[in-house]
Amino acid sequence: MSSVHIRDVRKSFGTFEVLHGVTVPIEDGEFVVLVGPSGCGKSTLLRMLAGLENITSGTISIGDRVVNNVQPKERDIAMVFQNYALYPHMTVRDNMGFSLKLRGAKSEEIDTGVKRAAEILALTPLLERYPRQLSGGQRQRVAMGRAIVRDPQVFLFDEPLSNLDAKLRVAMRTEIKELHQRLRTTTVYVTHDQIEAMTMADKIVVMHDGIVEQMGSPLELYDRPENQFVAGFIGSPAMNFLKGKIKVNGSASFEGPNGVKLPLKTAPANSDGKPVVYGVRPEHFTIADDGAEAEIVVVEPTGSETQVFAKIGGEQVVAVFRERHQFSPGDKVRLKPDPSLVHLFDETTGKRLNS
Amino acid sequence: MADIALTPAKAKAEIREATAWDQVKHNRNWLGFWFMMPAMAFLIFFLAYPLGLGIWLSFTDTKIGRVGQFIALENYEWLWDDAIFWLSVFNTLLYTFVASAIKFGIGLYLALLLNEHMPFKAILRAAVLIPFIVPTVLSALAFWWIFDSQFSIISWSLRHLGLIDHNINFLGDPTWARICVIFANIWRGVPFVAITLLAGLQTVSPSLYEAATLDGATRWQMFRHITYPLLTPIIAVVMTFSVLFTFTDFQLIWAMTRGGPVNATHLMATLSYQRAIIAGQLGEGAAISSAMIPFLLAAIMVSWFGLQRRKWQQGENND
Ligand SMILES: Nc1ncnc2c1ncn2[C@@H]1O[C@H](COP(=O)(O)OP(=O)(O)OP(=O)(O)O)[C@@H](O)[C@H]1O
Ligand SMILES: [Mg+2]
Repeated sequence: MSSVHIRDVRKSFGTFEVLHGVTVPIEDGEFVVLVGPSGCGKSTLLRMLAGLENITSGTISIGDRVVNNVQPKERDIAMVFQNYALYPHMTVRDNMGFSLKLRGAKSEEIDTGVKRAAEILALTPLLERYPRQLSGGQRQRVAMGRAIVRDPQVFLFDEPLSNLDAKLRVAMRTEIKELHQRLRTTTVYVTHDQIEAMTMADKIVVMHDGIVEQMGSPLELYDRPENQFVAGFIGSPAMNFLKGKIKVNGSASFEGPNGVKLPLKTAPANSDGKPVVYGVRPEHFTIADDGAEAEIVVVEPTGSETQVFAKIGGEQVVAVFRERHQFSPGDKVRLKPDPSLVHLFDETTGKRLNS
Repeated sequence: MADIALTPAKAKAEIREATAWDQVKHNRNWLGFWFMMPAMAFLIFFLAYPLGLGIWLSFTDTKIGRVGQFIALENYEWLWDDAIFWLSVFNTLLYTFVASAIKFGIGLYLALLLNEHMPFKAILRAAVLIPFIVPTVLSALAFWWIFDSQFSIISWSLRHLGLIDHNINFLGDPTWARICVIFANIWRGVPFVAITLLAGLQTVSPSLYEAATLDGATRWQMFRHITYPLLTPIIAVVMTFSVLFTFTDFQLIWAMTRGGPVNATHLMATLSYQRAIIAGQLGEGAAISSAMIPFLLAAIMVSWFGLQRRKWQQGENND
């Protein structure tokens, strides 16, 4: 186990820079999730950690050692690939024992290592099978087993669940988290699925176009996104954004599209008339008499909650209610955002304005 | 309403005895048979018939211009006591084993090399194919000149370098002649092996190498534990073909040495041609050719069983 420090790391492929100075501190035993839209450079960063890509500038250290010029095999990391990369011609046992075998371990030592990992992952009955004879979830576990056997300083996962069906994905998510709680090995986990990030991470790093947009615990990101990108990326259904202006006369309020008035608890100093983006999460709407008038477009009950798509001042928003309202399309309701949970962003820079 | 009333009558009309023609039309086996006919006719006409005829000829004393009589195994008894025949068997085996082994070695090396990232990769890959696209006889003639006793460029160069003082009689000396024809065969055969193995190498997922890198494998260990085992099915196929082509080689030898000197480079194929066509002893020539069949079958069996044992390739592939 070890801490990992990524300091101002840049990466270029030819003249094309894909990472523009990324700094991420990772503590010993922490479960860090790198999340971001496709093509933002998550895999590239992870592969640089593993030593599969070289580092254009900046430093990466594992423990106290800068590993920029350390061979992958000397970095003491294990990686689970998106396509698992199991050796097709080796049994599960040989796949898991391969790294020990290469290190020249004795066969009893390999056996104990493989057995321990197989027990942790419930793979014991499958040890003699070949990868082709396994289901997707089983292969996924073998790939993790191969990493566990190594007993590395750091685990790296690159979208390990994206090839699985929805149900298995949820099950494996829990399994990986449990595994981490048990082994306490520093883990860096890449995904583009923000729910995976929210449920698994100690710390989430939101990346976008080669930079880190924000870093923090899942709830920090949820409660206090630093910018509009993070606000829109974290949370499902996504946060509603309405463009408009701040109005301060006596008390602060927000004037949205077509003159819709929405409440604000406070406004930043000297911001009367400032164009802003008003963000409110779907679950922070309530039905209230002093709310903004909205026309219901679609109602989607999921059982535990109801998603309501409605139009406020001509703009479509989503609201989620736990209680079972009897709405039908075309109904007029009054939706009120909870003013203490509203987010304000600068219209041009996207930066958070309220505290 | 009218439709509903009409439907039963129509249905009834359709239920009639199936004619023989209907049965043929609907019987998948029959249909399959008809679809197979062209291919089968082709195979019978161009493969089975000549093969059968050849074997039949080997049991007769047919000569060119004279229909022969059935003489059972007499041709084979003759051959059994024929030292030249046994020399040609030895030559063929030597030629096949040495050339195939070296072709495999060089081919694999080239394939691994061409699979690396390097400048001018596409051009180099194309260049490797050149020996393969030059017609055999043309390259044989070129080699004939290269190894000529008087005008050989090799002798000339070595002489001018002062390494030898008179020309090497490449195709006149039995040992040199064997080395030369084997060399020419290797030159011609390497591209096939190299390009096929390269195709095989490219099917190996790069992430396997990445995983192995992280598992701590050296370059050699990656080759030994990943590339080689994953390549074995292709190796088996390509080497079977290589062995079959080499074993039955005719053109190169005939154009370069005609089997000489003193039969040192006679292969079974060239000896068969010499006896059957040049000397007119069709029966005996056919017997020499037929004697190749057991060797070829053995080669095919080896690769067949070699190919079958790959357990990891069996089972469902759902990735
Ligand atoms: N070998 C390469 N050569 C050139 N460009 C590359 C290479 N590998 C990645 N890139 C580019 O780097 C950027 C980041 O790629 P990366 O694979 O890290 O994205 P990602 O965040 O993992 O996306 P995804 O979620 O789709 O896996 C992309 O724009 C990609 O085109
Ligand atoms: Mg990726």
